[in-house]
Amino acid sequence: MSTVVSAPAPRMQPQAGEVQPQIEKLPPRRSRVWEKLRRRPSALFGAVLVGTFVILAIAAPILPIPPPAQGDWGAIRVAPSLDHPLGTDQNGRDLLSRMIWGAQASLLAGVVSVVIAVLAGVPLGVIAGWRGGWTDATISRITEALLAVPFLILAIAFAAFLGPSLTNAMIAIGLSATPIFIRLARGQTLAVKTEDYVESARAAGVGQMSILWRYILPNIAPPIIVQATLTVATAIIAEASLSFLGLGQQPPAPSWGAMLNTAKNFMEQAPWMAMWPGAAIFLVVLGFNLFGDGLRDALDPRES
Amino acid sequence: MLAFIGRRLLIAIPTVFIISVFVFLLQKLLPGDPVLALAGEDRDPATLEALREMYHLNEPLIVQYFYWIGAVLQGDLGMSLRTNQPVTSLILEKLPVTFQLAVMALIFAVGIGVPMGILSAVYKGSWLDYIANFVALSGLSIPNFWLGILLILLVSVNLGWLPASGYRPFTVDPVRSIETMLMPAFVLGTALAATLMRHTRSAMLTVLKSDYVRTARAKGLRERVVIMKHALRNALVPVVTVSALLFGELLAGAVLTEQIFTIPGFGKLVVDAVFNRDYAVVQGIVLVTSVGFILMNLLADTAYMILNPRMRDQK
Repeated sequence: MSTVVSAPAPRMQPQAGEVQPQIEKLPPRRSRVWEKLRRRPSALFGAVLVGTFVILAIAAPILPIPPPAQGDWGAIRVAPSLDHPLGTDQNGRDLLSRMIWGAQASLLAGVVSVVIAVLAGVPLGVIAGWRGGWTDATISRITEALLAVPFLILAIAFAAFLGPSLTNAMIAIGLSATPIFIRLARGQTLAVKTEDYVESARAAGVGQMSILWRYILPNIAPPIIVQATLTVATAIIAEASLSFLGLGQQPPAPSWGAMLNTAKNFMEQAPWMAMWPGAAIFLVVLGFNLFGDGLRDALDPRES
Repeated sequence: MLAFIGRRLLIAIPTVFIISVFVFLLQKLLPGDPVLALAGEDRDPATLEALREMYHLNEPLIVQYFYWIGAVLQGDLGMSLRTNQPVTSLILEKLPVTFQLAVMALIFAVGIGVPMGILSAVYKGSWLDYIANFVALSGLSIPNFWLGILLILLVSVNLGWLPASGYRPFTVDPVRSIETMLMPAFVLGTALAATLMRHTRSAMLTVLKSDYVRTARAKGLRERVVIMKHALRNALVPVVTVSALLFGELLAGAVLTEQIFTIPGFGKLVVDAVFNRDYAVVQGIVLVTSVGFILMNLLADTAYMILNPRMRDQK
């Protein structure tokens, strides 16, 4: 099993007062990864895209834009102009403002749902891989069953039964993405647990929790981080899809998916209403995908 | 061969069982008393009790499950609260529409994805490869409901070439049927084309490095023959299985695509059911798609066996 996935070099923390053998002259791993990332223009471009939206979303309250829910009956469906750089919607609300506030909902949903999936999935996967036997069989069968339900259909079903709201959409997407992380963490744990450094820690009498926390987790982290980055992209599209269907963020709170749903009804009169939210989803998701792909290559020890 | 399929079917049973438990438990997530919803205006305690008795709601959960799964195994997925039709017949009615969409989407996906994958593998590292990769990643990143809206804006509203809605069944009006399906199928096909392109590319790259390709080149065959006859045939094996596995993505994508182009298929059925709080329909759809996905998996494995002679001899 250990040949299937190449586990990255173990990180052993030297004890205080220990004599350090003078063999290792490689730069620390983190900076090597950073070096590799920096040489990939597409990964950098992805990071810049994501970073821009994150900054806009955080800065939303202090930017000189009108409140996102403030309508102006004198400016209904106004095409992009100096007053409204991206135009206004059917209630005369400024689209630039709604786009920026909508970024908050999208990014929050993407990140929170992946955090839910990682927090639920990784411990289950590690336990399955570590314990083996019946525990593994049970967890694995359930994982396979959930993986058989198409991601979006599963999320729609959860959201439908939980009730429509942004929080429930995040939970629905998080739960739907959990099996991906269970499977990944299980496979990685299986590969890492036969490594010599885990064996020797066990032989040295290190406690089970301690082994999992200090030896297994740090070594299975890189692929999980890569998967998490790519899953944020999927989660953002899923949130937009749920909101588009009316199962996510509820009006009048701004969300890109919901804005697209409204825009669909005014395609002939106000095509700009459909342009911005879609373009924003596309760019953020592209950013996460580019960055995730770059990160995968940078963390892969086989790539020089 | 039969033994292989039989064994795979046996393995699928526990998975299907777990999915059925999960789908059954979904309805228990609902807040409130389901009987109140069924009774409507009539809040007479005797009626409520009769309904509870009728739906076995007084029994323990596990007994309720067996009543439910017993009915499901006989093809009874319950009744739609909204239309008072059996869920099974609702699903069967919508399936052909989505099937047509899925087949047309797959044609677009293979037609775009495979040639792009071949070209970018053959010209690895060139600008062509770079552009193909970027297009593929964009295809994966673009929300397909937005692509649908853009296409309607361009093709229907501005150019007036294709209708944006007004689907007719293929058996009633084939021309109209295909016309209205062209855009949705393209939208649905692009995301899959991106996945297919990436798989074809990596499969081609592996095959192009193999000994028999080098031999074929060494004996002086023209490059075109080497690529089309020797490399592509072998590279397509994993691609075929991936296509079968994309089935799930197709169904999920159909939910949004059908919504935008108002196609009365499977996806529209889910969304309408969600909005009408028609939970029996939602349950039925989750169950049917999952079982369908598992069957497609089985089909993919079988196709892989048939296409790969080395696997065929293995027990």
